[in-house]
Amino acid sequence: MTDQTNFEPMVVGFTCNWCSYRAADLAGMSRIKYPPNIRLIRLMCSGRLDPTFVLKAFEGGADGVLISGCHPGECHYLEQNYKMLKRFLLLRKMLIQMGIEPDRLKLLWASAAEGARFAEEVTKMVETVRSLGPLNWSKVVDSNGGHATVIPVLAKEEVTA
Amino acid sequence: MTEERIGVYVCHCGTNIAGTVDVEEVSKWAGEKLKKDGVVVSRDYKFMCSSLGQELIQADIKEKSLNRVVVAACSPHLHEKTFRTACQKADMNPYLCEMVSIREQVSWVHTDKRVATEKAKALISGGVLRVAKDEPLEAIHVPINPATLIVGAGIAGIQAALEIADSGFPVYLVERDSSIGGHMAQFDKTFPTLDCAACILTPKMVDAGDHPNITLLTLSEIEQVDGYVGNFTVTIRKGARYVKEDVCTGCGICIEKCPIKVIDTNFEAGLGYRKAIYRNFPQAIPKYPAIDTEHCTYFLHGKCKACQLFCPTQPNSIDFEQQDEVIRIEVGNIILATGYDLFNSRRIPQYGYGRLANVFTSLEFERMCNAAGPTEGRVFLRDGITQPKTVGIIHCVGSRDKHYNNYCSVICCMQSLKFAHLVKERTGAEVYEFYIDMRTAFKDYDEFYQRVLQEGVNFIRGRVAEATDAARLPGEEGKLIIQAEDTLIGKQRRIPVDMVILSAGLEPRADSEEVAKKFGISCSSNGFFIEKHPKLDPISTLTEGIFIAGACQGPKDIPASVTQGAAAAARVLGRIQSKELALEPIRASVIEERCSGCRICNDLCPFNAITFNEELNVTNINQALCQGCGTCVAACPSGAISGTQFSDEQILAQLDGILSLPINSGKVKTLESVPA
Repeated sequence: MTDQTNFEPMVVGFTCNWCSYRAADLAGMSRIKYPPNIRLIRLMCSGRLDPTFVLKAFEGGADGVLISGCHPGECHYLEQNYKMLKRFLLLRKMLIQMGIEPDRLKLLWASAAEGARFAEEVTKMVETVRSLGPLNWSKVVDSNGGHATVIPVLAKEEVTA
Repeated sequence: MTEERIGVYVCHCGTNIAGTVDVEEVSKWAGEKLKKDGVVVSRDYKFMCSSLGQELIQADIKEKSLNRVVVAACSPHLHEKTFRTACQKADMNPYLCEMVSIREQVSWVHTDKRVATEKAKALISGGVLRVAKDEPLEAIHVPINPATLIVGAGIAGIQAALEIADSGFPVYLVERDSSIGGHMAQFDKTFPTLDCAACILTPKMVDAGDHPNITLLTLSEIEQVDGYVGNFTVTIRKGARYVKEDVCTGCGICIEKCPIKVIDTNFEAGLGYRKAIYRNFPQAIPKYPAIDTEHCTYFLHGKCKACQLFCPTQPNSIDFEQQDEVIRIEVGNIILATGYDLFNSRRIPQYGYGRLANVFTSLEFERMCNAAGPTEGRVFLRDGITQPKTVGIIHCVGSRDKHYNNYCSVICCMQSLKFAHLVKERTGAEVYEFYIDMRTAFKDYDEFYQRVLQEGVNFIRGRVAEATDAARLPGEEGKLIIQAEDTLIGKQRRIPVDMVILSAGLEPRADSEEVAKKFGISCSSNGFFIEKHPKLDPISTLTEGIFIAGACQGPKDIPASVTQGAAAAARVLGRIQSKELALEPIRASVIEERCSGCRICNDLCPFNAITFNEELNVTNINQALCQGCGTCVAACPSGAISGTQFSDEQILAQLDGILSLPINSGKVKTLESVPA
């Protein structure tokens, strides 16, 4: 187990070019600080998010993944954020089945005007992932030949759900 | 394929980046550690975007035969075009240049230099791996239809329409009301010069109404907008006026003869009357009256028809059978100049509007002062005969107030000063202005403030607690009492007045969200349309071909609205003149050999760009309709759809890059001690 005290979560953020990437720009322009644990990748639309990207990010060492797009009804491409929403919901279920805490994947609607909110949500996300600890993809997935290793905490949640 | 030769350029941006990121170290690191990924040269420079910085890149492209460039600087939304153009000038395909944002995403949002430096390295690593997967592309050129749609015919819309029409290009000017002119047509005087609003506006209205290049569509609303920049198809519903525009001479006899009088809550702000067949004001453009079906006897009971009976034209101009018309037009660009709504003063009950008779809104007062208004320019109390002896003017009603709107409505200070002057001029009454801060920026505004000060207007600095008719002290009976803390002397003041004027703030149109959705743009958190850049591009939106002007972008006075209208027109004219527009070549296309014909992607496209070829059992994507969102690319289970500029290979390569360096907390391990 990695030393918890020295654990710095790695969060990958997939942002929409029109809203949340600009919200990140605005956070920068307004000099609003947030933890350096997030690294962003720009997509033209959250609808471009192939679920594979998220899994690849986890496999590649990310402890959390943030997906952000335009608010419902404000998509630059009319309605493609709803299509991402469907994928997101499915992806969360899939992560649970894989033995990954679903809170490692976060969805954020952020408009281009919401720089402060973007920074705030990123901060929250990083803290959530920090409290979850390192993902250890190799332990969770690889060691089991790609099969699920049920996380104890999660199993309890599943029963109550 | 030729071997990648990548150049990495790290910008200091003065101290904007260099203050938080050790750019020299980053540049050195990229030159050494990313050599394996094809980096042949890595440099840092004070200002990469300067011509010297650009020349540095261009010289390297030539001398070191670079075929890919990564610029680590500000956001790509700021300078991507700059660097791509620089690369193109050095004979490199511009789309082989990538930007990495280490200012907005690193130096400006993080404080620890070591941490920021490591993050910058990771992001650059992502950029380098991504650029290796970039493909040379050509910009897509779309033709620009020379016609322009302008929505909203207030002063901003009229200005924009005239600029474009005068340059010889067709304009469709769409207005919801029965006449053009907007709010400005309701005003009497305009600050700070006090010239009469009608005198300066109506000539422009006439020009717009008569212009051979302007098609005026009043009583009209936009129903639907299809297409994209250069090629919009807009569906407009032109409301029935019940007056034939081709025969009506605008003589006004019908208005005279109409027996139905209704309170005009729209143009006269509820202070005056109009007939059931009406024209907002005598100089209305177009001059034809319109029938208000909610009050017209014919529409209510099927009788009367006085207007038709007295209409002198041959054939008769009144047409009770007229129907709404649905018009489809093709335009290349759209300017939204939809203006503002006045803050509803009833929302602040303690100011008594609607409850206390002699509390007036700013718009009511404007109408009262207007020589063509309900009182013919005389200032009276609500009884219509008494002149006020003391008047209180309350600033910031609904503005700069966290309960209503946080923002400053810009015009209210100057408007209130104008009111004070007009009250003095017309009644000689004592005037009290209650203000929070006096904001008189811009040309000649402060001079006007000084003038009003010298006219003997009393200024009390403090937010008003309430306006009430409950008298407590002698001399307050029968008066309205304005209670406020005078923050300059630190005391509560109670000022008895005869009349209260609420200088209400400006709000976004009630349907601004809906309109924004129709045109594919968005609203900021306070509801005004959001611009592309708050300082450098206040008239563009994030949607190509849609521009905004006037108060729909934010509270604004007349000069600023006119400026924006003209600016938007200039931008549109530039587009029209160049006849075509280069768009980013971000498009999806199907690799037919891989397509299994599953049709999963077929329902995903909101632009109807995806069609299915039944014969070959493969899907096709129409490049002209595709907007490049990439949703179908992500959905294809066979990986048969590729999206230029944002291909799986590019994104996954970038992901590998940014994950290649661990997060450095600044307190633990150094880079060397951690295996990548």
